[in-house]
Amino acid sequence: MSAGNFNNTNASARPWFERLDRVDRRWIFLLMFLAVSGPILWIGVTGKTLPEAPTLAARAVFQEIDQLPARSLVLISFDYDPASAGELQPMATSLVRQCAAKNLRMVFIALWPLGNQVAQQTIQDVIRDDYPALKEGEDFVNMGYQAGNEAVMKLLLTDFAKAFPKDSRGEATSNIPMLKDVKMASQFPLLISISAGYPGSKEWVQYVISAKNEEMNFVAGCTGVSAPQLYPYFPQQIAGLLGAIKGAAEYESMVNESLAVDGVATAPKYLQAQRRMGPQLVAHLLMVGLIIVGNVIFFARKRRGAA
Amino acid sequence: MKRIIPMWIAIIAGFAMMLSSFVPLAESAGEMFADVFNVVAAIAFVLGAGSLAKQHLEKLSRRDAGWGYSVITLGSFLITLFIGMLKIGIHPNPSFPQAAYSGSNDAEGSAWSWIYEYMITPLTSTMFALLAFFVASAAFRAFRAKNTEAILLLVTAFIVLLGRTFAGVVLTGWFPDWASGLRLENLSIYVMQVFNTAGNRAIMIGIALGVAATGLRILFGIDRSWLGGGDA
Repeated sequence: MSAGNFNNTNASARPWFERLDRVDRRWIFLLMFLAVSGPILWIGVTGKTLPEAPTLAARAVFQEIDQLPARSLVLISFDYDPASAGELQPMATSLVRQCAAKNLRMVFIALWPLGNQVAQQTIQDVIRDDYPALKEGEDFVNMGYQAGNEAVMKLLLTDFAKAFPKDSRGEATSNIPMLKDVKMASQFPLLISISAGYPGSKEWVQYVISAKNEEMNFVAGCTGVSAPQLYPYFPQQIAGLLGAIKGAAEYESMVNESLAVDGVATAPKYLQAQRRMGPQLVAHLLMVGLIIVGNVIFFARKRRGAA
Repeated sequence: MKRIIPMWIAIIAGFAMMLSSFVPLAESAGEMFADVFNVVAAIAFVLGAGSLAKQHLEKLSRRDAGWGYSVITLGSFLITLFIGMLKIGIHPNPSFPQAAYSGSNDAEGSAWSWIYEYMITPLTSTMFALLAFFVASAAFRAFRAKNTEAILLLVTAFIVLLGRTFAGVVLTGWFPDWASGLRLENLSIYVMQVFNTAGNRAIMIGIALGVAATGLRILFGIDRSWLGGGDA
């Protein structure tokens, strides 16, 4: 790493706050790297996670799924891609796990081009690996990606088969046993959207839930940056909301607790959100520290300027 | 004609979609236009691909700064297109085992799924992860208590940053029950559900009114700027 501005012969003559203010930003990058990698290694070695106290919004997500009778249909929309998977995949895994454990019939769709692959990966990790008894086409089906954003949502309200004429395997919707009686989206008592932006949970509220609020319940999981835009819909239109990795960790702890078996340790793939709270804690503390140091520099400069 | 026909298509489709939400008789027209929209959306991918190729080929031919990135973009685009269209490495669909190309590109083992798993996923995840480093640097240099608004923003940031982690519980978890509302984790929920909700609702209502006004201007043919080529 180069010494940057410190090579200047006058550098030592500068006041401390000036030198601190001109610090090479790569030092900050290094601090962030250490702040994130330290807890990752520590959690990886010890397997310990931080305790989570579920908030009302996360509890509501769990209850909405928990109260459904077995064999109920659930529509799960994967509206994100691998870029946001670090934040959203743990909640997707837990949501599918709870649905599978409750023996709900899951229909996966994607409104993002790469959402289909993320759904496929989740199906592999949860259903195929841990619930092999569930049959594709009878207990779950992946309808794949459909272009059209809000238009697909609107079409789902009137004609499901038209919006998704075939599943990701190429099987016609009319030939899929679990969709034989499904004509429109309102036949799903629960809609789950895991979204990283547009189109996503907000559009589901605007185009589907606002029209079918009495027939369908809706729960959403979203990234930290989009959570503030979704809170205004909670709890009227969005019955439960998982905001970022924090929401995912709260929900994941509830699902793990409900499915815990005495003497059997929870698989690491079902602890991803809780494991990520450690690096998040240290990274947030670093951010707070950097903001404080930045402001100390600011006020020291101001005082020196005024003197 | 190049402007009149698209304008009338927009007016008819727009009114049909709007009426389909209120008039049962117009529902089928709304559905038809939604179908058409899906087809147009699919065609838009072709247009998008054409536009991408054109832009980068132009950059290449002019040897603009960063033309090397255009080579990588075009190369990646063509390789992915080639692999996807020829369905390289796919296995036949179990329902149609005799048809070699009946399988899906998404199926495990296909070349496309390899690109997804070993190129798209790590590359996009890396890009997203880099944000943390730049946010930290920006927080250090730009987040200064310059005025009252900035101080309010700083206090809110501290509450949310600490309240969304276990630090909030450690720092304020000992507060007695009667002061539990002041615990950082509860304060951060309060900030999100009250201040944030109120602010966001105001913004959303403003946007909705703006969208409705713009929509009506387009439907009545007053606003034609979306047709391009200057004012009609």
